[in-house]
Amino acid sequence: MSSPTPPPDSTDRPRRPPFPLARWALIAAAVTGVAAAFGYVGGWLDPHRLTSQALVDRLQVNGGAHPGYRRNHAKGVCVTGYFDSNGQAARYSKAALFAPGRTPLVGRFAIPGGNPHAPDFGVPIRSLALRLTQADGQQWRTGMNSMPVFPVATPQAFYEQLAAGRPDPATGKPDPAKQAAFFAAHPETAAFRAWAKNHKPSASYATETYYGLNAFYFVDTAGTRHAVRWRVAADNGPEGVAPTPPPEDYLDGELGRRLAQGPLRWRLLVTLGQAGDPTADATRTWPQDRPEIDAGSVVLERSEPQAQGACRDINFDPLILPAGIAGSDDPLLPARSSAYAESYRRRTAEQAGGSAAVHAQEPRR
Amino acid sequence: MNRDTELFWWPARVLHWLMAAMVLAMLFVGVGMVASVSARHSWLLALHKPLGAAILVLAVLRLALRLWRAPPPLPADLPALQRLAAQASHWLLYALMLALPLVGWAMLSAGGYPVMLSESLRLPAIAPFDAGWFAALRGLHRVLAYALFGLILLHAAAALYHGLIRRDGVLRSMLWRRRAAPTKQDST
Repeated sequence: MSSPTPPPDSTDRPRRPPFPLARWALIAAAVTGVAAAFGYVGGWLDPHRLTSQALVDRLQVNGGAHPGYRRNHAKGVCVTGYFDSNGQAARYSKAALFAPGRTPLVGRFAIPGGNPHAPDFGVPIRSLALRLTQADGQQWRTGMNSMPVFPVATPQAFYEQLAAGRPDPATGKPDPAKQAAFFAAHPETAAFRAWAKNHKPSASYATETYYGLNAFYFVDTAGTRHAVRWRVAADNGPEGVAPTPPPEDYLDGELGRRLAQGPLRWRLLVTLGQAGDPTADATRTWPQDRPEIDAGSVVLERSEPQAQGACRDINFDPLILPAGIAGSDDPLLPARSSAYAESYRRRTAEQAGGSAAVHAQEPRR
Repeated sequence: MNRDTELFWWPARVLHWLMAAMVLAMLFVGVGMVASVSARHSWLLALHKPLGAAILVLAVLRLALRLWRAPPPLPADLPALQRLAAQASHWLLYALMLALPLVGWAMLSAGGYPVMLSESLRLPAIAPFDAGWFAALRGLHRVLAYALFGLILLHAAAALYHGLIRRDGVLRSMLWRRRAAPTKQDST
């Protein structure tokens, strides 16, 4: 490069490049291509794909518009307490909360459905969600139900079940023919239906056993993964009898009366799966003879109405897990995680928007 | 005169292309994971958080380098409006690359989520656990992400316009290999 520095060449630059139209087309194609890929990934260009928004839309249709409330399990009550670990599970999971000692928790009992004013005895299912917070800030969130199996195994089937359960505008109830057709097309629902047929709606949240439904892995200090399912088994005496006809709102008060007498306890029981036990199918239980660990006690001390309770703003996403617990290949788990996030996004936006209907029947925090 | 003043210096070019890949990937990961209900949701979410943290660190570094050493000047004959658009969009890109990870981090804090960058690496909360804060930050995260995506498309279109239509050396200044500079010999 011994030649002298050339003068600025801008004036010599040809103003019109060759094939200008092709050049503009190339620019347009590049930008449009990236934008279209973005639209495809986001689901807008693919309306038939099952998305979290589509799932939550259907929950919302079935439950009705209740701004500020969860899109499912909308009716519930907050509880606080602690998990008292006995150390038995620490061999299988390195999670700090399984070392002997106490971990504080916030929980929530609820009944399924998107209507926060639904009658307590309209459905046989009760649920318990927990958020345990370790000293290191890691959390274990779990959403459990009072049945040992889920009706369906996949998000797509759940989506179809929601369509079959849509209330008929004329009667306000789901169309029995549609439900029958759905169950006929989905034989995997048999175990759940058998349970539902024989299970009377409990007169107490405190006397139910709550099942984690999905399989997970415990990961021990050596990094070995153990397939597990868990449940919390009630240790709170007999169920008691609800008045007849059962009141619409009974369970919260019943829980409060029990807690006034003292803390309520559940044992956390962890079933260890063996090779070949399904981890990706929440419609099937594992064989009865699988070994079980009693990991300690879930102790609940207080309850509060959900409108001002500590559980109100918690998304009980079952994939928020501490190191030492990991999700399985169950396809319902990521669908729950994604749909819960969408439900949380919507209800917090409604709360912040100050919608007059938000928790109108209950005092705001 | 050193010819290299027509190029961005090499750390700026390395950071530009590295972050271009990261930010574009991040936007696709984000828009994909919120819609997905499959196993993709989980691994995209697990990728989104550490990738966002890395972008934040690199964006701070890049801003510092940008303030420390000026980029090559724009062509003298660039119309004033295009010059303004170029400068404004560059600063807006810096602002968004810094804001999006911070808003995401604050949003998870406000939602009461543990901000996990890996199975056991947790960032502290930078906002109070408050549903109102979460709602505002969650909405902002989405709007800013769309804005960044739109701005990147404009940026890429403008870069191609400089490279293919104006052919004024602006696109080349961010690339590695310079074609031999057009010289007088060509026209004489």
